[in-house]
Amino acid sequence: MKPVTSDLVATLRQNGPVPLDAEIRCPAGQMLALVGPSGSGKTTLLRAIAGLFRPQQGMVKCGEQTWFDSAANRFLDARQRRVGYVPQHFALFPHMTVLGNVMAAMQDKPNAQRAQAAMAMLERVNLAGLESRLPRQLSGGQQQRVAVARALAREPEILLLDEPFSAVDRATRERLYAELAGLKQSLSVPVLMVTHDLYEAMLLADRLTVLHHGTTLQSGLVHEVVSRPQSLDVARLIGMRNVFTGEIAAHQPEHGRTLLRFGERLLETPHRPELALNSRVHWVIPVEGVILHRRDKPSRGEYENPVEGIVVQARALGETTHVELQLAGQGDTTRLAFSVPTHSAMRNGVQPGAQAVVSLRAAAIHLIKYQPES
Amino acid sequence: MDSQALILSLQLAAATLLVLLPLGILLGRWLATRQFAGKIVIETALAMPLVLPPTVIGYFLLVSLGAGSRLGQWYTQTFGQSLVFHFSGLLLASVLVNLPFAIQPAQRAFEAISQDVRDAAKCCGMSFWRALWHIELPLAWPGVLTGMTLTFAHTLGEFGVVLMVGGSIPGETQTISISIYDRVQALDFDSARQMSLLLLAISFGLLLTVSLVTRYSERRHEARDI
Repeated sequence: MKPVTSDLVATLRQNGPVPLDAEIRCPAGQMLALVGPSGSGKTTLLRAIAGLFRPQQGMVKCGEQTWFDSAANRFLDARQRRVGYVPQHFALFPHMTVLGNVMAAMQDKPNAQRAQAAMAMLERVNLAGLESRLPRQLSGGQQQRVAVARALAREPEILLLDEPFSAVDRATRERLYAELAGLKQSLSVPVLMVTHDLYEAMLLADRLTVLHHGTTLQSGLVHEVVSRPQSLDVARLIGMRNVFTGEIAAHQPEHGRTLLRFGERLLETPHRPELALNSRVHWVIPVEGVILHRRDKPSRGEYENPVEGIVVQARALGETTHVELQLAGQGDTTRLAFSVPTHSAMRNGVQPGAQAVVSLRAAAIHLIKYQPES
Repeated sequence: MDSQALILSLQLAAATLLVLLPLGILLGRWLATRQFAGKIVIETALAMPLVLPPTVIGYFLLVSLGAGSRLGQWYTQTFGQSLVFHFSGLLLASVLVNLPFAIQPAQRAFEAISQDVRDAAKCCGMSFWRALWHIELPLAWPGVLTGMTLTFAHTLGEFGVVLMVGGSIPGETQTISISIYDRVQALDFDSARQMSLLLLAISFGLLLTVSLVTRYSERRHEARDI
């Protein structure tokens, strides 16, 4: 088991210039992804945790150390915090070699040890042999590795990654995902990664915090947040496509379920006794929760929540076909999105105009308290 | 050839450089990295010597540093000599009129360094001075060098302010450009031509050196790109 050193706890508030109302928690050894659209304050939050600017109010604690406490008028700047920071465009020192960049983060070590330790760090990120190159002589992926090596060379108590994959091409990105995942295993500090890519967050992070206009809307384990958004805003910010409204029809605790009225249909959903009978609710289902019935083996009634509709769109993107189904009896605008393997779409005749039946997995349906549209 | 005037000009240029090198770096960096109300007023004031006639600056300096002014009286009482018509007054005037030449190129060079790089230096645990010496100055040096060269060349050729504040006392305040004027007045065109050509050569050589060094530095970087 990895030694647990220091958890990060941060509460940051300010009115401007970038408003913040955020609470961040990240246990040591875990990766927290900060997800939100552009301008949601992700980078500002990261810089505040790094000590690169002082927010108006709040507190940042890493383990037993208090880095910032506005009530006690305590603020340690970035030099005094042990922070490994990888900015979006890496910010390597352009006039220094790869080795020089890594050695620059070892201010505390005696000169004699620095070169040796920096070489070891470069080997760790698979950059041995490139130590005498300048940053501009490196590819995007190599630059990212130097930035990570420099951040780790500081022997940080927290690692901060600001959109670390945005400046590299797709093929390199896939390789770097694997490398970062491997690196994470060997780290015993909290790792914060800013991203606007939910796929990246799901791939690499243990926990997820959704930010909007500087406010943390929801935090939790990645799969929890992704499958059970607390609000309509979160559902939209994490890119949920299947967001609908319905009414609570019945609670059946004996079966562990709540029945949801959706148009003429009754859908089985996980039991949510706190939602009042006949109250309006939003409901969401991830695309993975929608299962296409086989055409040659009609199974209406055999599966959970069968619904039928007309295929209005079927886009084959490589091995996956993205389908939009207009649900029967729900009006023109109610469309259900799901994905099927392309071979399955072809075998079942999934094409615009065709009829299709799908099941909505009860466990995948999530109910959200009704919020009138603002 | 008035070698005394040439030496005095070189001394004045060197002394001005010595004062303006740290001042240009620190003020240039400060203006490049800070945003505050009134910054534009400071920048405008610092740029004034670029557009004001040197005699106007000279006039104000003469009035504010002369024996009739409080500053002039204080200086005379404290140091036992007058600022005007003395090398120290000449140096002060030279520093003031060269502020934009020293600061503006340095400011532009520091502005070209991204905030991310400064942040990275902080996150590496570097102190302000260490980051300035190891990160920012190596990146900003072409701008700083340009500023210093302009300052040096401009000081050698300065005429109006020097004449107003220093007069033309041989060995004390008579610089090479004033000496050229005096020689022309005395119809000694041979000496005037020699000194003019020398000044021309020095200025051209300095500017050419800066251009070559800057271009060499850029090409070296380009050649290593992949």
